[in-house]
Amino acid sequence: MERVAIVGIAQTKYQRISPSSHDEMAFEVTREALDDAGLEITDIDNTVTCTNDFWDGRTISCMTITDATGSSNVPTTNVEGDGTYGVLMGLMRILSGHFNRTLIVAQSKGSVGISNLITNAIFDPLFERMLGLDAVNSAALQARRYMTKFGITPEQCAKASVKNHKNAQKNPYAQLPLDISVEDVLNSKMLADPIRLLDTSPISDGACAIILARESDSKKCRNKPIWIKGVGHSTDTYHLGDRDLADVSVLATAAKTAYDMAGIKNPKEVINIAEIYDAFSYMELMWTEGLGFCERGEGGDLIDSGETQIGGSLPVNPSGGVLSAHAVLAAGMARIAEVVLQLRGTAEDRQVRGAKVGLAHGIEGACGQGHCVFVLGS
Amino acid sequence: MTIELGNTGSRIHESRIKLQYNWWLGKIAGRFYEEIRDRCKIWGIKCPQCNLVFVPPKDNCPKCFCKMNEWIELSGTGILTTYTIVRYPVPMIQPVEPPFPLGIIHLDGADTGLIHLLGEIDIDQIEVGMRMQAVFKEKREGNLLDIKYFKPVRA
Repeated sequence: MERVAIVGIAQTKYQRISPSSHDEMAFEVTREALDDAGLEITDIDNTVTCTNDFWDGRTISCMTITDATGSSNVPTTNVEGDGTYGVLMGLMRILSGHFNRTLIVAQSKGSVGISNLITNAIFDPLFERMLGLDAVNSAALQARRYMTKFGITPEQCAKASVKNHKNAQKNPYAQLPLDISVEDVLNSKMLADPIRLLDTSPISDGACAIILARESDSKKCRNKPIWIKGVGHSTDTYHLGDRDLADVSVLATAAKTAYDMAGIKNPKEVINIAEIYDAFSYMELMWTEGLGFCERGEGGDLIDSGETQIGGSLPVNPSGGVLSAHAVLAAGMARIAEVVLQLRGTAEDRQVRGAKVGLAHGIEGACGQGHCVFVLGS
Repeated sequence: MTIELGNTGSRIHESRIKLQYNWWLGKIAGRFYEEIRDRCKIWGIKCPQCNLVFVPPKDNCPKCFCKMNEWIELSGTGILTTYTIVRYPVPMIQPVEPPFPLGIIHLDGADTGLIHLLGEIDIDQIEVGMRMQAVFKEKREGNLLDIKYFKPVRA
Protein backbone atom coordinates (compact mmCIF):
# COMPACT_ATOMS: atom_id res chain seq x y z
CA MET A 1 0.00 0.00 0.00
CA GLU A 2 1.30 3.46 -0.91
CA ARG A 3 1.83 5.49 2.23
CA VAL A 4 -0.89 7.97 3.09
CA ALA A 5 -0.43 10.51 5.86
CA ILE A 6 -2.72 12.50 8.09
CA VAL A 7 -1.36 16.03 7.67
CA GLY A 8 -4.06 18.21 9.22
CA ILE A 9 -6.62 17.90 12.00
CA ALA A 10 -9.08 20.16 13.80
CA GLN A 11 -11.86 19.78 16.35
CA THR A 12 -14.35 22.19 17.80
CA LYS A 13 -14.90 22.19 21.51
CA TYR A 14 -17.76 19.74 22.12
CA GLN A 15 -20.74 21.27 23.91
CA ARG A 16 -24.29 20.35 24.90
CA ILE A 17 -25.46 23.37 22.93
CA SER A 18 -23.01 25.11 20.62
CA PRO A 19 -24.02 28.64 19.66
CA SER A 20 -22.71 27.88 16.15
CA SER A 21 -24.81 26.53 13.28
CA HIS A 22 -23.88 23.40 11.27
CA ASP A 23 -22.20 25.55 8.61
CA GLU A 24 -20.29 27.62 11.12
CA MET A 25 -18.91 24.53 12.84
CA ALA A 26 -17.95 22.94 9.49
CA PHE A 27 -16.18 26.12 8.35
CA GLU A 28 -14.37 26.46 11.68
CA VAL A 29 -12.82 22.97 11.53
CA THR A 30 -12.09 23.14 7.78
CA ARG A 31 -10.20 26.42 8.19
CA GLU A 32 -8.32 25.16 11.26
CA ALA A 33 -7.38 21.83 9.65
CA LEU A 34 -5.95 23.70 6.64
CA ASP A 35 -3.97 25.98 8.99
CA ASP A 36 -2.79 22.95 10.94
CA ALA A 37 -1.54 21.36 7.70
CA GLY A 38 -0.10 24.60 6.35
CA LEU A 39 -2.31 24.30 3.27
CA GLU A 40 -4.87 26.45 1.47
CA ILE A 41 -8.27 25.31 0.23
CA THR A 42 -6.90 25.33 -3.34
CA ASP A 43 -4.46 22.55 -2.29
CA ILE A 44 -7.43 20.22 -1.61
CA ASP A 45 -8.46 18.21 -4.68
CA ASN A 46 -11.42 16.29 -3.17
CA THR A 47 -13.71 16.29 -0.14
CA VAL A 48 -15.61 13.70 1.89
CA THR A 49 -18.31 14.90 4.25
CA CYS A 50 -20.00 12.88 6.99
CA THR A 51 -23.58 13.91 7.61
CA ASN A 52 -26.85 12.21 8.51
CA ASP A 53 -30.25 13.42 7.41
CA PHE A 54 -32.07 12.43 10.61
CA TRP A 55 -29.54 14.15 12.87
CA ASP A 56 -29.39 17.21 10.60
CA GLY A 57 -33.16 17.39 10.04
CA ARG A 58 -32.64 17.90 6.30
CA THR A 59 -32.83 15.69 3.24
CA ILE A 60 -29.48 15.05 1.49
CA SER A 61 -27.95 17.17 4.23
CA CYS A 62 -24.41 16.78 2.83
CA MET A 63 -25.31 19.28 0.12
CA THR A 64 -25.83 21.97 2.72
CA ILE A 65 -22.21 22.14 3.90
CA THR A 66 -20.56 22.30 0.47
CA ASP A 67 -19.90 26.01 0.90
CA ALA A 68 -18.63 25.73 4.48
CA THR A 69 -16.12 23.05 3.48
CA GLY A 70 -14.87 24.96 0.44
CA SER A 71 -16.04 22.12 -1.78
CA SER A 72 -17.91 23.74 -4.63
CA ASN A 73 -16.47 22.60 -7.97
CA VAL A 74 -14.33 19.83 -6.42
CA PRO A 75 -15.19 16.10 -6.38
CA THR A 76 -17.19 15.72 -3.19
CA THR A 77 -19.00 12.75 -1.75
CA ASN A 78 -20.64 11.89 1.53
CA VAL A 79 -20.52 9.13 4.09
CA GLU A 80 -23.80 8.82 5.95
CA GLY A 81 -22.19 7.48 9.08
CA ASP A 82 -19.32 7.66 11.51
CA GLY A 83 -16.30 9.79 10.68
CA THR A 84 -13.91 6.82 10.74
CA TYR A 85 -15.70 5.58 7.61
CA GLY A 86 -15.28 9.06 6.10
CA VAL A 87 -11.53 8.83 6.65
CA LEU A 88 -11.62 5.32 5.19
CA MET A 89 -13.27 6.68 2.04
CA GLY A 90 -10.78 9.54 1.92
CA LEU A 91 -7.94 7.03 2.15
CA MET A 92 -9.42 4.91 -0.65
CA ARG A 93 -9.76 7.96 -2.88
CA ILE A 94 -6.04 8.72 -2.55
CA LEU A 95 -5.17 5.05 -3.07
CA SER A 96 -7.25 5.10 -6.27
CA GLY A 97 -4.45 7.19 -7.73
CA HIS A 98 -6.80 9.95 -8.83
CA PHE A 99 -6.48 12.27 -5.83
CA ASN A 100 -3.60 13.72 -3.84
CA ARG A 101 -5.09 15.52 -0.85
CA THR A 102 -8.47 14.72 0.72
CA LEU A 103 -10.38 16.88 3.18
CA ILE A 104 -12.82 14.96 5.43
CA VAL A 105 -15.32 16.85 7.58
CA ALA A 106 -17.83 15.42 10.07
CA GLN A 107 -20.25 17.49 12.05
CA SER A 108 -23.43 17.08 14.04
CA LYS A 109 -25.58 19.02 16.39
CA GLY A 110 -27.33 16.64 18.75
CA SER A 111 -29.01 19.67 20.26
CA VAL A 112 -31.23 20.28 17.23
CA GLY A 113 -33.25 17.06 17.47
CA ILE A 114 -34.47 14.54 20.02
CA SER A 115 -31.92 11.76 20.28
CA ASN A 116 -34.35 8.99 21.34
CA LEU A 117 -36.64 9.69 18.38
CA ILE A 118 -33.75 9.80 15.93
CA THR A 119 -32.17 6.60 17.23
CA ASN A 120 -35.57 4.82 17.31
CA ALA A 121 -35.50 5.17 13.52
CA ILE A 122 -32.38 2.95 13.37
CA PHE A 123 -34.65 -0.01 14.02
CA ASP A 124 -36.78 -2.11 11.69
CA PRO A 125 -40.23 -0.50 11.39
CA LEU A 126 -41.93 -3.90 11.07
CA PHE A 127 -40.18 -5.86 13.81
CA GLU A 128 -38.53 -3.53 16.30
CA ARG A 129 -39.44 0.14 16.14
CA MET A 130 -42.89 -0.16 17.74
CA LEU A 131 -41.28 -1.39 20.98
CA GLY A 132 -39.78 2.04 21.64
CA LEU A 133 -36.22 0.86 21.08
CA ASP A 134 -33.58 3.60 20.98
CA ALA A 135 -29.81 3.95 21.46
CA VAL A 136 -30.02 3.75 25.26
CA ASN A 137 -32.39 0.83 25.83
CA SER A 138 -30.90 -1.27 23.00
CA ALA A 139 -27.47 -0.74 24.57
CA ALA A 140 -28.99 -1.84 27.88
CA LEU A 141 -30.00 -5.16 26.27
CA GLN A 142 -26.43 -5.58 25.05
CA ALA A 143 -24.91 -4.54 28.40
CA ARG A 144 -27.07 -7.05 30.30
CA ARG A 145 -26.20 -9.85 27.89
CA TYR A 146 -22.45 -9.05 28.05
CA MET A 147 -22.42 -8.70 31.84
CA THR A 148 -24.44 -11.90 32.33
CA LYS A 149 -22.36 -13.98 29.92
CA PHE A 150 -18.99 -13.00 31.39
CA GLY A 151 -19.80 -11.98 34.96
CA ILE A 152 -18.86 -8.34 34.37
CA THR A 153 -19.99 -6.14 37.27
CA PRO A 154 -21.59 -2.68 37.26
CA GLU A 155 -18.54 -1.50 39.25
CA GLN A 156 -16.19 -2.59 36.45
CA CYS A 157 -18.26 -0.73 33.85
CA ALA A 158 -18.41 2.32 36.13
CA LYS A 159 -14.60 2.37 36.27
CA ALA A 160 -14.47 3.18 32.54
CA SER A 161 -16.75 6.17 33.15
CA VAL A 162 -14.67 7.37 36.12
CA LYS A 163 -11.40 7.01 34.19
CA ASN A 164 -12.61 8.71 31.03
CA HIS A 165 -14.34 11.66 32.70
CA LYS A 166 -11.18 12.18 34.74
CA ASN A 167 -9.06 12.10 31.56
CA ALA A 168 -11.45 14.64 30.06
CA GLN A 169 -10.35 17.13 32.70
CA LYS A 170 -7.11 17.44 30.74
CA ASN A 171 -8.75 17.74 27.31
CA PRO A 172 -9.83 21.29 26.40
CA TYR A 173 -12.20 19.92 23.69
CA ALA A 174 -14.13 17.61 26.05
CA GLN A 175 -17.68 18.38 27.07
CA LEU A 176 -17.85 16.53 30.39
CA PRO A 177 -14.68 16.78 32.45
CA LEU A 178 -15.80 15.27 35.75
CA ASP A 179 -14.17 14.23 38.98
CA ILE A 180 -16.47 11.34 39.92
CA SER A 181 -16.19 8.07 41.84
CA VAL A 182 -17.49 4.58 41.10
CA GLU A 183 -20.14 5.24 43.79
CA ASP A 184 -21.25 8.38 41.94
CA VAL A 185 -21.81 6.31 38.78
CA LEU A 186 -23.64 3.56 40.70
CA ASN A 187 -25.85 6.14 42.43
CA SER A 188 -26.68 8.09 39.26
CA LYS A 189 -30.17 7.87 37.83
CA MET A 190 -31.14 4.49 36.36
CA LEU A 191 -32.22 5.01 32.73
CA ALA A 192 -32.56 1.46 31.41
CA ASP A 193 -31.18 -1.26 33.69
CA PRO A 194 -28.25 -1.84 33.94
CA ILE A 195 -27.40 1.51 32.34
CA ARG A 196 -27.34 4.60 34.55
CA LEU A 197 -26.94 8.22 33.55
CA LEU A 198 -23.17 8.25 34.18
CA ASP A 199 -22.76 5.07 32.09
CA THR A 200 -23.93 7.03 29.03
CA SER A 201 -22.29 9.51 26.70
CA PRO A 202 -23.78 13.00 26.45
CA ILE A 203 -25.71 14.58 23.60
CA SER A 204 -23.24 16.91 21.92
CA ASP A 205 -22.68 19.53 19.25
CA GLY A 206 -19.33 19.47 17.50
CA ALA A 207 -17.26 18.94 14.38
CA CYS A 208 -13.96 17.44 13.33
CA ALA A 209 -11.88 17.72 10.15
CA ILE A 210 -8.94 15.68 8.88
CA ILE A 211 -6.72 16.19 5.84
CA LEU A 212 -4.99 13.23 4.19
CA ALA A 213 -2.16 13.39 1.67
CA ARG A 214 -0.22 10.84 -0.34
CA GLU A 215 3.40 10.57 0.76
CA SER A 216 4.81 12.64 -2.11
CA ASP A 217 2.35 15.42 -1.29
CA SER A 218 2.80 15.31 2.47
CA LYS A 219 6.28 16.81 2.61
CA LYS A 220 5.22 20.42 2.08
CA CYS A 221 2.92 20.24 5.10
CA ARG A 222 3.69 21.98 8.35
CA ASN A 223 3.49 19.09 10.82
CA LYS A 224 5.31 15.78 10.73
CA PRO A 225 3.11 13.30 8.89
CA ILE A 226 1.27 10.63 10.88
CA TRP A 227 0.97 7.51 8.74
CA ILE A 228 -2.04 5.29 8.24
CA LYS A 229 -0.40 1.90 8.87
CA GLY A 230 -3.49 -0.26 8.73
CA VAL A 231 -7.26 -0.14 8.48
CA GLY A 232 -10.04 -2.70 8.77
CA HIS A 233 -13.79 -2.64 8.93
CA SER A 234 -16.53 -5.21 9.30
CA THR A 235 -20.28 -5.33 9.89
CA ASP A 236 -22.57 -7.68 11.82
CA THR A 237 -26.15 -8.69 10.93
CA TYR A 238 -28.86 -6.04 11.33
CA HIS A 239 -31.47 -7.43 13.72
CA LEU A 240 -30.36 -7.40 17.35
CA GLY A 241 -32.06 -10.76 17.96
CA ASP A 242 -30.00 -12.43 15.21
CA ARG A 243 -26.74 -11.54 16.99
CA ASP A 244 -25.21 -12.69 20.23
CA LEU A 245 -24.95 -9.18 21.63
CA ALA A 246 -21.98 -10.19 23.83
CA ASP A 247 -19.99 -11.40 20.83
CA VAL A 248 -17.21 -9.19 19.46
CA SER A 249 -16.12 -11.34 16.51
CA VAL A 250 -16.97 -8.64 13.98
CA LEU A 251 -14.74 -6.12 15.75
CA ALA A 252 -12.01 -8.77 16.01
CA THR A 253 -12.23 -9.28 12.23
CA ALA A 254 -11.89 -5.54 11.60
CA ALA A 255 -8.98 -5.30 14.05
CA LYS A 256 -7.17 -8.31 12.56
CA THR A 257 -7.37 -6.78 9.09
CA ALA A 258 -5.89 -3.53 10.41
CA TYR A 259 -3.18 -5.34 12.41
CA ASP A 260 -2.21 -7.57 9.47
CA MET A 261 -1.88 -4.53 7.22
CA ALA A 262 0.28 -2.81 9.84
CA GLY A 263 2.35 -5.99 10.43
CA ILE A 264 1.26 -6.15 14.08
CA LYS A 265 1.23 -9.60 15.69
CA ASN A 266 0.77 -8.66 19.32
CA PRO A 267 -1.36 -5.51 19.51
CA LYS A 268 -1.14 -5.23 23.27
CA GLU A 269 2.65 -4.99 23.12
CA VAL A 270 2.91 -2.75 20.06
CA ILE A 271 0.08 -0.24 20.52
CA ASN A 272 0.93 2.62 22.88
CA ILE A 273 -2.42 4.42 22.97
CA ALA A 274 -5.99 3.68 21.88
CA GLU A 275 -9.01 5.91 21.37
CA ILE A 276 -12.13 3.75 21.14
CA TYR A 277 -15.86 4.39 20.74
CA ASP A 278 -17.18 4.13 24.30
CA ALA A 279 -20.73 5.41 23.73
CA PHE A 280 -21.57 3.58 26.98
CA SER A 281 -19.25 2.53 29.79
CA TYR A 282 -19.65 -1.24 29.13
CA MET A 283 -18.68 -0.68 25.48
CA GLU A 284 -15.12 0.28 26.42
CA LEU A 285 -14.74 -3.09 28.17
CA MET A 286 -16.29 -5.04 25.28
CA TRP A 287 -14.32 -3.27 22.57
CA THR A 288 -10.99 -3.83 24.39
CA GLU A 289 -11.79 -7.55 24.09
CA GLY A 290 -12.60 -7.32 20.38
CA LEU A 291 -9.44 -5.34 19.74
CA GLY A 292 -7.37 -8.08 21.36
CA PHE A 293 -6.13 -5.98 24.28
CA CYS A 294 -7.31 -8.85 26.50
CA GLU A 295 -9.01 -12.23 26.09
CA ARG A 296 -12.78 -12.56 25.52
CA GLY A 297 -14.69 -11.92 28.71
CA GLU A 298 -11.72 -10.25 30.40
CA GLY A 299 -12.62 -6.62 29.70
CA GLY A 300 -13.53 -6.26 33.38
CA ASP A 301 -10.17 -7.60 34.52
CA LEU A 302 -8.40 -5.23 32.12
CA ILE A 303 -10.11 -2.13 33.55
CA ASP A 304 -9.45 -3.46 37.09
CA SER A 305 -5.72 -3.84 36.29
CA GLY A 306 -5.29 -0.10 35.70
CA GLU A 307 -3.36 -0.80 32.49
CA THR A 308 -5.78 1.36 30.50
CA GLN A 309 -5.23 4.41 32.73
CA ILE A 310 -3.23 7.27 31.25
CA GLY A 311 -0.09 6.08 33.08
CA GLY A 312 -0.71 2.39 32.34
CA SER A 313 0.87 0.14 29.72
CA LEU A 314 -1.96 0.69 27.20
CA PRO A 315 -3.88 3.91 27.88
CA VAL A 316 -7.42 3.80 26.48
CA ASN A 317 -9.24 7.07 25.80
CA PRO A 318 -6.81 9.54 27.36
CA SER A 319 -8.98 12.23 25.73
CA GLY A 320 -11.95 11.23 27.85
CA GLY A 321 -13.44 9.24 24.99
CA VAL A 322 -16.97 9.34 23.68
CA LEU A 323 -18.32 9.20 27.25
CA SER A 324 -16.99 12.76 27.63
CA ALA A 325 -18.17 14.14 24.24
CA HIS A 326 -20.40 12.44 21.69
CA ALA A 327 -20.96 14.52 18.59
CA VAL A 328 -22.42 11.69 16.49
CA LEU A 329 -20.46 11.21 13.19
CA ALA A 330 -17.64 13.46 14.42
CA ALA A 331 -17.00 11.20 17.43
CA GLY A 332 -15.15 8.45 15.54
CA MET A 333 -13.13 10.99 13.59
CA ALA A 334 -12.27 12.70 16.88
CA ARG A 335 -10.73 9.41 17.99
CA ILE A 336 -8.38 9.61 14.97
CA ALA A 337 -7.62 13.31 15.61
CA GLU A 338 -6.76 12.57 19.24
CA VAL A 339 -4.42 9.72 18.26
CA VAL A 340 -2.71 12.07 15.78
CA LEU A 341 -2.09 14.60 18.58
CA GLN A 342 -0.66 11.81 20.73
CA LEU A 343 1.70 10.58 17.97
CA ARG A 344 2.82 14.11 17.17
CA GLY A 345 3.59 14.51 20.87
CA THR A 346 1.37 17.58 21.13
CA ALA A 347 -1.48 16.21 23.28
CA GLU A 348 -0.44 18.56 26.10
CA ASP A 349 -1.63 17.51 29.55
CA ARG A 350 -3.15 14.27 28.24
CA GLN A 351 0.01 13.23 26.37
CA VAL A 352 0.96 9.57 26.66
CA ARG A 353 4.74 9.61 26.90
CA GLY A 354 6.64 8.19 23.94
CA ALA A 355 3.54 7.14 21.97
CA LYS A 356 4.65 5.82 18.56
CA VAL A 357 1.77 3.56 17.49
CA GLY A 358 -1.88 4.38 18.15
CA LEU A 359 -5.28 2.84 17.44
CA ALA A 360 -8.53 4.68 16.65
CA HIS A 361 -11.91 2.96 16.50
CA GLY A 362 -15.39 3.97 15.35
CA ILE A 363 -18.77 2.22 15.30
CA GLU A 364 -21.92 2.29 13.17
CA GLY A 365 -25.47 1.22 13.89
CA ALA A 366 -27.13 -0.09 17.04
CA CYS A 367 -24.97 -1.92 19.60
CA GLY A 368 -21.84 -1.67 17.46
CA GLN A 369 -23.22 -3.37 14.36
CA GLY A 370 -20.26 -2.07 12.35
CA HIS A 371 -16.69 -1.33 13.41
CA CYS A 372 -13.85 0.57 11.73
CA VAL A 373 -10.31 0.32 13.10
CA PHE A 374 -7.30 2.46 12.19
CA VAL A 375 -3.70 1.84 13.20
CA LEU A 376 -1.59 4.99 12.98
CA GLY A 377 2.14 5.46 13.39
CA SER A 378 4.61 8.33 13.57
CA MET B 1 -40.84 30.54 16.20
CA THR B 2 -37.47 31.95 17.28
CA ILE B 3 -36.42 31.64 20.89
CA GLU B 4 -33.67 33.49 22.80
CA LEU B 5 -31.37 31.00 24.52
CA GLY B 6 -30.36 32.79 27.71
CA ASN B 7 -26.69 33.72 27.83
CA THR B 8 -25.44 31.33 25.12
CA GLY B 9 -25.37 34.25 22.69
CA SER B 10 -27.51 32.29 20.28
CA ARG B 11 -31.11 31.74 19.31
CA ILE B 12 -33.00 28.73 18.00
CA HIS B 13 -35.60 28.52 15.28
CA GLU B 14 -38.22 25.87 16.09
CA SER B 15 -39.66 23.70 13.34
CA ARG B 16 -40.92 20.17 12.77
CA ILE B 17 -40.74 17.64 9.94
CA LYS B 18 -43.91 15.57 9.56
CA LEU B 19 -43.65 12.67 7.14
CA GLN B 20 -45.90 9.72 6.54
CA TYR B 21 -44.43 6.34 5.58
CA ASN B 22 -46.37 3.25 4.51
CA TRP B 23 -44.18 0.24 5.06
CA TRP B 24 -44.91 -2.73 2.78
CA LEU B 25 -44.60 -5.95 4.73
CA GLY B 26 -43.47 -8.02 1.77
CA LYS B 27 -44.20 -11.74 1.47
CA ILE B 28 -42.27 -12.94 4.50
CA ALA B 29 -43.35 -10.43 7.15
CA GLY B 30 -46.81 -10.49 5.57
CA ARG B 31 -47.21 -14.22 6.22
CA PHE B 32 -45.60 -13.94 9.68
CA TYR B 33 -48.10 -11.31 10.83
CA GLU B 34 -51.03 -13.04 9.13
CA GLU B 35 -50.33 -16.19 11.19
CA ILE B 36 -50.14 -14.14 14.37
CA ARG B 37 -53.27 -12.15 13.56
CA ASP B 38 -55.45 -15.05 12.38
CA ARG B 39 -54.17 -18.02 14.41
CA CYS B 40 -51.98 -16.67 17.27
CA LYS B 41 -49.09 -18.70 15.86
CA ILE B 42 -45.45 -17.61 15.68
CA TRP B 43 -43.53 -19.05 12.73
CA GLY B 44 -39.82 -19.05 11.98
CA ILE B 45 -38.00 -19.79 8.76
CA LYS B 46 -35.15 -22.28 8.28
CA CYS B 47 -31.95 -21.95 6.28
CA PRO B 48 -31.52 -24.99 3.98
CA GLN B 49 -27.74 -24.82 4.33
CA CYS B 50 -26.90 -24.06 7.99
CA ASN B 51 -30.29 -25.20 9.35
CA LEU B 52 -30.59 -22.12 11.58
CA VAL B 53 -34.20 -21.07 12.27
CA PHE B 54 -34.81 -17.33 12.21
CA VAL B 55 -37.60 -15.53 13.98
CA PRO B 56 -38.68 -12.98 12.91
CA PRO B 57 -38.40 -14.71 9.53
CA LYS B 58 -36.61 -13.20 6.55
CA ASP B 59 -36.06 -13.90 2.88
CA ASN B 60 -32.43 -14.99 3.01
CA CYS B 61 -30.04 -16.38 5.59
CA PRO B 62 -27.75 -13.55 6.73
CA LYS B 63 -24.92 -16.06 7.24
CA CYS B 64 -25.18 -18.34 4.15
CA PHE B 65 -26.99 -15.93 1.81
CA CYS B 66 -29.35 -18.82 0.88
CA LYS B 67 -32.96 -18.20 -0.02
CA MET B 68 -35.11 -19.56 2.82
CA ASN B 69 -38.43 -21.29 2.13
CA GLU B 70 -39.06 -23.78 4.91
CA TRP B 71 -41.46 -22.36 7.49
CA ILE B 72 -41.27 -23.79 11.01
CA GLU B 73 -44.12 -23.46 13.48
CA LEU B 74 -42.89 -22.46 16.94
CA SER B 75 -44.58 -23.02 20.26
CA GLY B 76 -44.51 -19.43 21.45
CA THR B 77 -42.43 -20.24 24.53
CA GLY B 78 -38.74 -19.72 25.10
CA ILE B 79 -35.92 -18.42 27.28
CA LEU B 80 -35.25 -14.80 28.24
CA THR B 81 -31.65 -14.08 27.18
CA THR B 82 -31.43 -10.41 28.19
CA TYR B 83 -33.74 -7.63 29.35
CA THR B 84 -33.91 -4.04 30.46
CA ILE B 85 -36.40 -1.85 32.27
CA VAL B 86 -36.96 1.38 30.40
CA ARG B 87 -37.43 4.08 33.03
CA TYR B 88 -37.50 7.30 30.97
CA PRO B 89 -40.40 8.64 28.95
CA VAL B 90 -40.28 9.18 25.18
CA PRO B 91 -44.01 9.66 24.48
CA MET B 92 -44.03 9.50 20.69
CA ILE B 93 -42.35 6.08 20.36
CA GLN B 94 -42.96 4.04 23.49
CA PRO B 95 -45.82 1.50 23.32
CA VAL B 96 -46.63 1.76 27.04
CA GLU B 97 -45.90 4.12 29.93
CA PRO B 98 -42.49 3.73 31.60
CA PRO B 99 -41.22 1.98 33.57
CA PHE B 100 -41.66 -1.00 31.25
CA PRO B 101 -39.51 -4.09 30.62
CA LEU B 102 -38.13 -5.12 27.24
CA GLY B 103 -36.40 -8.43 26.61
CA ILE B 104 -34.99 -10.76 23.98
CA ILE B 105 -36.69 -14.16 23.98
CA HIS B 106 -34.97 -17.14 22.38
CA LEU B 107 -38.01 -19.15 21.29
CA ASP B 108 -37.89 -22.96 21.50
CA GLY B 109 -37.05 -24.32 18.06
CA ALA B 110 -35.50 -21.05 16.88
CA ASP B 111 -31.85 -20.03 16.78
CA THR B 112 -32.37 -16.28 17.10
CA GLY B 113 -34.04 -13.95 19.56
CA LEU B 114 -37.26 -11.98 19.34
CA ILE B 115 -37.32 -8.59 21.07
CA HIS B 116 -40.54 -7.78 22.85
CA LEU B 117 -42.26 -6.34 25.90
CA LEU B 118 -42.44 -8.41 29.07
CA GLY B 119 -45.62 -8.49 31.14
CA GLU B 120 -47.48 -10.05 34.09
CA ILE B 121 -44.29 -9.84 36.14
CA ASP B 122 -42.94 -7.59 38.89
CA ILE B 123 -40.11 -5.62 37.24
CA ASP B 124 -37.83 -6.47 40.20
CA GLN B 125 -38.38 -10.22 39.69
CA ILE B 126 -37.13 -10.52 36.10
CA GLU B 127 -34.14 -12.79 35.55
CA VAL B 128 -32.14 -13.91 32.55
CA GLY B 129 -32.92 -17.57 31.85
CA MET B 130 -36.62 -17.36 32.80
CA ARG B 131 -39.03 -19.30 30.61
CA MET B 132 -41.46 -16.97 28.89
CA GLN B 133 -44.56 -17.39 26.74
CA ALA B 134 -46.28 -15.15 24.25
CA VAL B 135 -49.56 -13.50 25.22
CA PHE B 136 -51.63 -12.34 22.26
CA LYS B 137 -53.92 -9.35 22.12
CA GLU B 138 -57.64 -10.00 21.84
CA LYS B 139 -58.13 -7.70 18.88
CA ARG B 140 -55.26 -8.22 16.47
CA GLU B 141 -54.30 -5.97 13.55
CA GLY B 142 -51.40 -7.79 11.88
CA ASN B 143 -48.43 -6.07 13.47
CA LEU B 144 -45.79 -6.65 16.14
CA LEU B 145 -48.02 -5.48 18.97
CA ASP B 146 -50.52 -8.29 18.24
CA ILE B 147 -48.22 -10.04 20.68
CA LYS B 148 -49.15 -8.13 23.82
CA TYR B 149 -46.01 -9.21 25.66
CA PHE B 150 -44.17 -12.28 26.90
CA LYS B 151 -45.09 -13.48 30.40
CA PRO B 152 -43.31 -15.96 32.65
CA VAL B 153 -44.32 -19.60 32.26
CA ARG B 154 -45.70 -20.59 35.68
CA ALA B 155 -44.54 -24.01 36.91
